[in-house]
Amino acid sequence: MSDTTTARIAGRMPGFLRRADPAVATAFACIILLLVFGSLYSTSFLSPEYLLQQLKVASFLGVIASGMMLVILLGQIDLSVPWVVAVGAMMACAAAAHGTAGMVLAIPFGIACGVLIGLVNGIGVAYLRIPSMIITLATNAVAQGLMVVHTGGFSPQDSASAAMRWLATGFLLPGVPNAVVVWAIVGAAMVFVLTRTTFGRAVYAIGNRERAAYLSGVDTRRIVMIAFAVSGGLSAFGGVLLAGYASKAAQAMGDAYLLPAIAAVVLGGTSILGGRGSYLGTVAGVILITLLQSILSVMQMPEAGRQVIYGVVIIGMLLLYGRAPASR
Amino acid sequence: MKDWRYWAAEQRGTLLALGIFVAMFILYTANHPAGLTANVVQTASNKGVLLAFVAMAQTLVVITAGIDLSVGMIFILTNCLASWLVVGTPMETAFGVAAVLMVGILCGAINGAIVIYGRLQPIVTTIATGAVYFGIALMLRPFPGGSVNEDLADALTGRLFGLVPASLVTLVAVVLVIWIPFRRSVTGRAAYAAGSSDVAAYMSGVPIRRAKFVAYTLGGLLASIGGLFLTFFTYTGEAALASGNAYTLFSIAAVVLGGVSLFGGKGSAIGAIFGAFAFRTIGDLLFVFDFDPLWQPLFQGVVLLVAVSIGAFALFRVKNRLEWFG
Repeated sequence: MSDTTTARIAGRMPGFLRRADPAVATAFACIILLLVFGSLYSTSFLSPEYLLQQLKVASFLGVIASGMMLVILLGQIDLSVPWVVAVGAMMACAAAAHGTAGMVLAIPFGIACGVLIGLVNGIGVAYLRIPSMIITLATNAVAQGLMVVHTGGFSPQDSASAAMRWLATGFLLPGVPNAVVVWAIVGAAMVFVLTRTTFGRAVYAIGNRERAAYLSGVDTRRIVMIAFAVSGGLSAFGGVLLAGYASKAAQAMGDAYLLPAIAAVVLGGTSILGGRGSYLGTVAGVILITLLQSILSVMQMPEAGRQVIYGVVIIGMLLLYGRAPASR
Repeated sequence: MKDWRYWAAEQRGTLLALGIFVAMFILYTANHPAGLTANVVQTASNKGVLLAFVAMAQTLVVITAGIDLSVGMIFILTNCLASWLVVGTPMETAFGVAAVLMVGILCGAINGAIVIYGRLQPIVTTIATGAVYFGIALMLRPFPGGSVNEDLADALTGRLFGLVPASLVTLVAVVLVIWIPFRRSVTGRAAYAAGSSDVAAYMSGVPIRRAKFVAYTLGGLLASIGGLFLTFFTYTGEAALASGNAYTLFSIAAVVLGGVSLFGGKGSAIGAIFGAFAFRTIGDLLFVFDFDPLWQPLFQGVVLLVAVSIGAFALFRVKNRLEWFG
């Protein structure tokens, strides 16, 4: 990356209200296009019930993508999402099978397991300087191995606790699913952390140039480690919500979330090289991906076609505004 | 004497991988109920060769400091394609093999073109193209099935002269035809140069773009050879997501075990082949020691985790803390 570009990027710190990011605008434009296209296909597409349902489905991806965004802002990536989601779901369900105390502790326990895996990732990336892609692939494999041993390779029999089900499918506010409320809370916390705390500033700084952040007195390794732990925790939380939604955990339930999570973050204008991006963009990306999935399933597109379309859409969007600078 | 030392230093990773493999293989055969028979070697070689091809494909890309997370999917896609095309008369079979290899080359070239000319990150690019390749594989084979020319399959997975596994001979032939010429060519050297320092190579006028493009393309070709062999072993095509992901993951493990640096510019495909054999043998050790097969995924994951963590020891040699941040 050339120095001039870096300087230009560094000058543009978060604060999505200050200036509308073209990428975020594009993402929102695509959402509107999809809605128009969908309403031509089916008249029920614009009904409030359908849209709320979409928002509810989006909130699972939204929680997972929040963690992914934090890591991508650092210029790293977290490929351990699939099995951390499954670990969160399975461990929460397993805890729920252990009496009243287990019921109460199910959700924190599931999240704690995710944080633990995230910590391993973070220590590997920050202190051992292992490329994040490699260490997260390795912890993903280990998490898968642990879950295979735990479940015996079968679908786990434990079911989700009442609290988990309520969190994913209940209605605290009339008309608004709890999952959407959860996502709103996670999102608000992310916006606060990214724009109003030193931690958030440090994340952007490290994403731009870790060396410079280190020389400015930021304990970059601690920040990176915490970011990975948060990402693991949020992935596991997403798993807990999914388990509550389906009322049980399943093998490979997280496989369908890795690519969409990365896609949502990247389509929302967060630079894959780190240091640039806003949470609003991620929200747009998540909704965009969910709507795309929904339209493809309404059109009864088979899984194969969906995979191809995802891949092509991601590459296409990235080619539009995710390219690295040319000169060096 | 001095030449010998240089050679040993350059090949340290490869020799280490060879050592690990030999040690593991001795441990394996010593505890195998049947002992060291031609059959045991043939089975081990057939399993190892599959991963070896995919690991070679990964090596070519990793040498340029890139990564190809779609190798497993190219492997699966070409497997599904081969289960349609590699059938019938010898002529049709030959045409089918050529078509499968062309598709492999095309997949690799698409990866390369997007990464180099589209200037996107290899990780995200290959995850996305991997999804596309897997989708196409799933279109070709929504359900496992298909067939393959069994004469060819049996010839390539059997034994030559009743002793040498034919798959091993093919692997050696591929090394001689693809890897050695690549390694010795200007393009191959440029790939190493691009991997060790992109900027320096660019400033020296090394053709880094062409080198990277060739590396990705040959990677696709090697992965498709692996896909062909998978078809020869199983006689069917199957679009299995888990299998594709596993091969991508194992290829990285094999590359690391084989002494290829993930930061690029260091290592050789031959090391990766031994790494692949070693990784396969380590995985199979569980069987000869009568462990529950359920533990195998965990065991392989831990081996991978330990293997990638070993590279961290280089940190202790760092004198200037700023080098942490590369």
